[in-house]
Amino acid sequence: MPKVIAPRDPKEWSLFTAGHTACAGCGQSLGARLVLNAAGPRTILVNATGCLEVFTTRFPSSAWRVPWLHSLFENASAVGSGVEAALKALGKADDVNVIVQGGDGGTADIGFGSLSGMFERGHNILYVCYDNEAYMNTGIQRSGLTPFAASTTTSPVGSEVLGNTTGKKDLPAIAVAHGVPYVATTTVAYPKDLEKKVKKALSIKGPKYIQILVPCPLGWGHDTALTIRLARLAVQSGIFPVIEVENGKLTSVMRIARKVPVDEYLKPQARFRHLFTPAGREELARVQALADANIERFGLLGARAG
Amino acid sequence: MKFYPGVPAMPGTSLDNHTGNWRTQKPVFDHAKCTACELCEQYCPEPCILVADDGKFDVDLDYCKGCGICAEVCPFDAIKMVLELK
Amino acid sequence: MARTLEKTQVMEGSRAIAASVQRCRPQVIAAYPITPQTHIVEHLAQAVANGELKAEYVKVESEHSAMSAVLGAEATGVRAYTASSSQGVLLMHEVLYNVAALRLPVVMTVANRAISQPINIWNDHQDAMSARDTGFIQIFAEDNQEACDLQYQAYKIAEHKDVLLPVMVCVDGYVLTHSYEPVSLLDQDLADQFLPPYEPSWALDVDRPVTYGVMLGPGEYLEHKYVLQQAQKRALGVIEDVAREFGTLTGRTHGGLVEEYRLDDADVALVGLGSLVSALREAADQLREQGIKAGVLKIRTFRPFPAEKIAAALGGVKRVVVIDKGYSLGSGGILGMEITAALAAAGVPALVDRFVGGLGGRPIPASTVVRAVVAPELPRSQDGFLDLKPEYLGEGD
Repeated sequence: MPKVIAPRDPKEWSLFTAGHTACAGCGQSLGARLVLNAAGPRTILVNATGCLEVFTTRFPSSAWRVPWLHSLFENASAVGSGVEAALKALGKADDVNVIVQGGDGGTADIGFGSLSGMFERGHNILYVCYDNEAYMNTGIQRSGLTPFAASTTTSPVGSEVLGNTTGKKDLPAIAVAHGVPYVATTTVAYPKDLEKKVKKALSIKGPKYIQILVPCPLGWGHDTALTIRLARLAVQSGIFPVIEVENGKLTSVMRIARKVPVDEYLKPQARFRHLFTPAGREELARVQALADANIERFGLLGARAG
Repeated sequence: MKFYPGVPAMPGTSLDNHTGNWRTQKPVFDHAKCTACELCEQYCPEPCILVADDGKFDVDLDYCKGCGICAEVCPFDAIKMVLELK
Repeated sequence: MARTLEKTQVMEGSRAIAASVQRCRPQVIAAYPITPQTHIVEHLAQAVANGELKAEYVKVESEHSAMSAVLGAEATGVRAYTASSSQGVLLMHEVLYNVAALRLPVVMTVANRAISQPINIWNDHQDAMSARDTGFIQIFAEDNQEACDLQYQAYKIAEHKDVLLPVMVCVDGYVLTHSYEPVSLLDQDLADQFLPPYEPSWALDVDRPVTYGVMLGPGEYLEHKYVLQQAQKRALGVIEDVAREFGTLTGRTHGGLVEEYRLDDADVALVGLGSLVSALREAADQLREQGIKAGVLKIRTFRPFPAEKIAAALGGVKRVVVIDKGYSLGSGGILGMEITAALAAAGVPALVDRFVGGLGGRPIPASTVVRAVVAPELPRSQDGFLDLKPEYLGEGD
């Protein structure tokens, strides 16, 4: 028995519906909802295996109001390539958006080969990577997008090692290197920015790549209420640069009005707890250095030059 | 129930799952303080923030999991998380 | 009737197969090159480049993506095609299960080849046998004419509303794909008459936004497997109907599930798959010249396994000699095991010899088959392996 619909009710307007089984405070479910509502109803979604797939499509229910297809973990880009090729064969290619979406593991690691193939062949597809920086669905294991020093269940903190020893794979740069005409990053703290980028991407023909930082309360070990605050602090500290690269040129960056020390971003997260012990001092300094390097690389502070 | 070819699930049927029963705390909206700025609606991961008859925002408790994001992002202190005793 | 059959011509197997696939009008082709499948997909690429075939050809970066792309294409409502071999079939293995469970009527030609290691590019059936549990229908061609005719039949079977399962057309690599034989192709009009345009049972459609590829829990998964098994069983009848219809239309029959040769009065039945069956026929003739009443049962359809047909066909023989070109290490020849089980279940008392030969491209001439029948003691003592070279046996220090 559907409840009386309120004057404005997501049950009515959202193409991504409540009742899915994401954890409370899930950044990925917010990201997916924002992406899909920006893309609109004439969209086909192809989803890699992962949290998003599991929490939205437990038979017999679905949280999607657009056609949606899931096959496997590593093949979403190839499945999407087939969908797009079929739309071309049917003469419907100009009329329908194809979005392939996956998590950081499905994108940067196991699905990397098929993603590269999709980019290189120039399919008219938007790929969205929901980056929560580890394999959350299987229990918070390290992925190629897990940041330096983060503790995961396979990059744990011990007497010899303080969490993840490597940095994030630079996927946006890899997409740019494929000649992908539109590459962007954003976070769920900036819905307007996110929606604008999705719409812009979909207006461009060819492959597109958007990477969205989506905090995971379970995997990051933070209070469920802090999802948005952390997604903002990641940007304001320089940890996660929000950029746009069009035809190989950096065309926009999200400016940092007041640079925030990385401590503010790291402290609320259990995965970085060890950085605030005497043993973690050196690693903490390295995280700050990484953020500073990002700020330098993308010119996130200071006057804007077009 | 039958398995049709491809095992389809129908659009938006997740609305049949009332995830509100996961909750241990719920947001209480103070309509007097609410300016209808939309931030809570924008950031709700379910989504289950709605506009009530008076034009102010409120929550659909059928789905709210009690994450507290709406209260955290509200600039007007119009949402309080309260422990829910069942 | 002759009006609609093209003139018989001598062609390379791969080229003839590609020409037949072209006449099935696939709308999306996705393939990755692997020997000995390559000539098939090269000819199709050329047909697309020449504008003779209106199709999107997706040049994927792996076989995993080849099968994934045809999955996506079929899910969007078009007829799709791929071909592979050996490691390619293994690399796409998990996608095969997906295509079948999503009930997508993909057709894939497999140029059957051995599996590495040691790397070996020649023919056996290990690739197809490794995919036998996936839900694909598997039909083996004996010669190139059958390999061609199977392409049309495969789509007709796969797309049948009672089936909706993918079909693997198994063609012995090199033995058939690279050999020149006389073949007759269907005139396009006749092909269109036999195989009308594809009408999908479901398709991703923005005007009908349905979710596919859901999660089934312990409460439903078992039942779904049962549903797939029922579709496999319904295919038994459909495969025979389609072969019959094709025969009526073209005058060409190659059997449906199985085909018998000189089996009526036989004491010994020779059983095999694919091009090997031609050698079995020759061996049966030679054995009859030696006074041994031999016949052949060609297993044309391996999945669904036509156990009842096989038991009925072999009910009167005293001895069954199965020659496998696929082997389950730690157990034995795979076809042999299934034949044994089928006969046991039906109470057929025949003695079954389960031999294996031809692995990695070793030829199985009729003389090998004859020897296996008249002097089975040595291969029986060697786990069924035929013609082992003693100098290579045992592991060196």
